[in-house]
Amino acid sequence: MSDVVIVDYGAGNTRSVRAAITHVGKSSEVSADPWTIANAPYVVLPGVGSARSAMAHLDETGASTALRERFTANAPTLGICLGLQLALESSEEDGGVACLGLVPGNVVRLEAERVPRLGWAVVEPWGEAYYFAHSFVAQSPATIATSDGLSVAVQSGSFLGVQFHPEKSGDAGLEFLGQCLSLV
Amino acid sequence: MPLPRLIPCLDVANGRVVKGVSFVGLRDVGDPVELAAYYSAGGADELVFLDIAATPEESETITSVVADVADVLEIPFTVGGGVRSVRDASRIIESGADRVSLNSAALADPTLITDIADRYGSQAVVVAIDAGDGVVHTHGGRVATSTPTLAWAVEATERGAGEILLTSIRQDGKRTGFDLELTAAVRALVRIPVIASGGAGSARHIADALRITDAALIASIVHENPSGLPGLRREIEGLGVQLRPTKERA
Repeated sequence: MSDVVIVDYGAGNTRSVRAAITHVGKSSEVSADPWTIANAPYVVLPGVGSARSAMAHLDETGASTALRERFTANAPTLGICLGLQLALESSEEDGGVACLGLVPGNVVRLEAERVPRLGWAVVEPWGEAYYFAHSFVAQSPATIATSDGLSVAVQSGSFLGVQFHPEKSGDAGLEFLGQCLSLV
Repeated sequence: MPLPRLIPCLDVANGRVVKGVSFVGLRDVGDPVELAAYYSAGGADELVFLDIAATPEESETITSVVADVADVLEIPFTVGGGVRSVRDASRIIESGADRVSLNSAALADPTLITDIADRYGSQAVVVAIDAGDGVVHTHGGRVATSTPTLAWAVEATERGAGEILLTSIRQDGKRTGFDLELTAAVRALVRIPVIASGGAGSARHIADALRITDAALIASIVHENPSGLPGLRREIEGLGVQLRPTKERA
């Protein structure tokens, strides 16, 4: 099995995530298979599409059960953007969606001067700028980093979620991803 | 607010980068993959690829170039030109682009904006507006429509656009500065980010635009001296506009 399994939930772009993982020297594969997801050394839940269709897809393939099994077994998972949001209890997106519930808290519509919030912003206390593209945001007691006062990273047990896109954040993003994947 | 972005725009025709001056008179300046990687290393915050051959010649957009670029690029990029359907958008996004840019096709059928936004999110849909004399133009700026620029910007937003790429036809290729009045007028009416485009001739022009809007598209100023991008960023910062901190790579 590859070092990293990227969860396939139907929509969008896993190519950039794979390219970034290759760049930091790890092997990866894209899979929707529950056994593969449950037993992978490291799992990335990427950020594409909408909350409702993503959850429907994860439930249909059994990936949501596999992600909960990993969590119980304390196996590491990184959620990116929507992948972070799916780990919370629920999301306001698409009229309200029940999510995985790995991380306490909820996802709410972003109240900002301009939405979507697009571009590079500094994350505190890490002091690096990363690339963001989002219209929803977590509200969680498990917040470990913020940007413009928003929750942009959450940690609960073996699950780490980031609102920014490390695979699109240049050297800073690769460095972050490399640190995460140094576990495997 | 996120930091203001500096976005080199690569005009692509038949898989090669060409430079457009006032939308006519093209000159081959290179391989899109190589140039993209070079600009990324030089501190570009994002890139835009416009397939300028696609709309006039009705050709398909450049999926294989998108995939090759996605494999080397670790910054976001947008692809425009010839995106006429959800299927076109899917092909481009699933090949690794972050966003598609819609122009003529969105004007002809504004529901396309909503359909793509529903599938991939508003952040994946840029509506490009070529503006001149108060109205929207199509076909690379050559054909004037009767649609007022400001009304179209508002409608595009309401239909689900996540960003507006606003090109001033009057300023494009002139290198005498962005149309700040137009940019400010559009930005005041919408609640999504606006990229100013057309007219960058100096660091001061770019700094002036970034003081009033979210991002600036640049072309000839950087294509004529690709190694000058880090210096251009420093000059802009010297004028008091904070950009994202980048580490220069050797």
